Amino acid sequence: MSASGERRPAEDDRAAAAVAVAFREERAAVLATLIRHVGDIQLAEDAVQDAFTSAITAWPRDGVPANPGAWITVAARRRAIDRLRRNRSLSDRAERLAGLLRLDAQEHTAMSEDGAIGDDRLRLIFTCCHPALELPARVALTLRVLGGLTTGEIARAFLVAEPTMGKRIVRAKRKIADARIPYRVPPDEELPDRLLGVLRVVYLIFNEGYAASEGERLVRGPLCDEALRLGLLLSQLMPDEPEVWGLFALMLLHDARREARVDADGRYVALEEQDRTLWDETRLREGLRALERSVRLRRPGEYQLQAAITALHVQSSGAAGTDWSQIAELYGALVKLNPSPVVELNRAAAVGFAAGPEAGLELLEPLLGDPALERYQPLHAAHAELLRRAGESDRAARAYEHAIALSTNAVERLELERRLAALHAA
Amino acid sequence: MSQYMLLLYAPEADEAELAEREAQLPVWRELNESLRDAGLLVSSGRLHDVPSATTVRVRNGDVEMTDGPFAVTKEILGGYYLVDCRDLDEALKLAARVPLARYGSVEVRPVMDMSELQARAEAAAGQA
Repeated sequence: MSASGERRPAEDDRAAAAVAVAFREERAAVLATLIRHVGDIQLAEDAVQDAFTSAITAWPRDGVPANPGAWITVAARRRAIDRLRRNRSLSDRAERLAGLLRLDAQEHTAMSEDGAIGDDRLRLIFTCCHPALELPARVALTLRVLGGLTTGEIARAFLVAEPTMGKRIVRAKRKIADARIPYRVPPDEELPDRLLGVLRVVYLIFNEGYAASEGERLVRGPLCDEALRLGLLLSQLMPDEPEVWGLFALMLLHDARREARVDADGRYVALEEQDRTLWDETRLREGLRALERSVRLRRPGEYQLQAAITALHVQSSGAAGTDWSQIAELYGALVKLNPSPVVELNRAAAVGFAAGPEAGLELLEPLLGDPALERYQPLHAAHAELLRRAGESDRAARAYEHAIALSTNAVERLELERRLAALHAA
Repeated sequence: MSQYMLLLYAPEADEAELAEREAQLPVWRELNESLRDAGLLVSSGRLHDVPSATTVRVRNGDVEMTDGPFAVTKEILGGYYLVDCRDLDEALKLAARVPLARYGSVEVRPVMDMSELQARAEAAAGQA
């Protein structure tokens, strides 16, 4: 088959697949190290992009290298040297250039250099999630720089116009360069706060994928996958941080049920009505293992508590078999750790199952006056459920109508309308 | 080392608040001394009231003067620090130590390095 020309389709496919794998698995690490060497995210990103572009032509021609990561590292470094020679606007250009050339000369020893310095990806995560950047910029930059998503992909995931997202990312990179946001893992005394900031960004990415706040579809898979990849990476890089494991567990336990949350027609399916055969057993087990790991470190935290609650939900045989009193208790602990009206709401709902709808309403009703929750759809949906179960049909109907008016997700809105119709039919 | 300008903004104070702020003078003095001892302080200053401001613009070759500040805002620029810091984190830590940060706002702005400015201009000229 290959006799007629130098192009062998099977080889080309293999090479293209190898480039894709290297992009997914090596890109962030190569980029993170190059940023440390050149001191400029944009320049490093362009150089790494160049390296992958040349791999696309070189690998089918010369064969896939034995160590694709090393090949990309060297190619990206040489592209960075070219770019540094051309780019005169960087202040410490000469120094950076000399450093890179030195590395390039001692190529074979260069690969071992990284172990002693720690993983650069961790520096990159903390830089992308620096509190001096506004939250949407942290999210976008993390997806762009660490996840390798294109600006277009990020814009579509967040339903933002591509030029807007492009500007957001460019502005963030410029601020890092101009204001000199340091490229390092924060010192011990700042680490707990800064780590929470990083976890918040990762969870926000996951949530935006899992419960898409707007639009027609309930779940946007790529964002969930990206958040899980970040969660895995953090658990590998900071294995002694219980909250890192807690968040990873929480995301895995949610994600395991991704397929069951929406039915064939794209309608939202509540937990108690989900087809459990659609749950991803492997992922659930991974999630429970991550939760155990976090608990063994004996420093409880927000994400661990949330993961423990989720674990109780998924381990029960259905709504009736769920240990609601333990869930209510865990929410009680969560309220103490991080008092927030949203957690209070979840606690009220759990108490509603553990001790009856009246007890739940007693906790929920004070929240109705909270201005922060005035336009919070889940509050009114939960209120409606408790009222319905307490037999207060008229008030339940009004609460459903309120929730429907506030819903921005088409799939969720349909479900609320179905429940309201069922109430009227009864 | 990079230079950062800390711009100190605070709402105008009534007499009671003013007395409260004046009572913090020793804290300011302590901060200034520790910055000077650490070799971080380039300069600092407290500005007279906003009514003392004159704003100057040159338009079509004419010098225009306005009695008052450039912009009327609720929080008023009342002072500044010019400091040498290793990076933004260090500058942000200093900003949080300024007593005014508790009732006003400290805006942290990196000062452009003149050699960087020169290099940018050359790069732009090279591209043109």
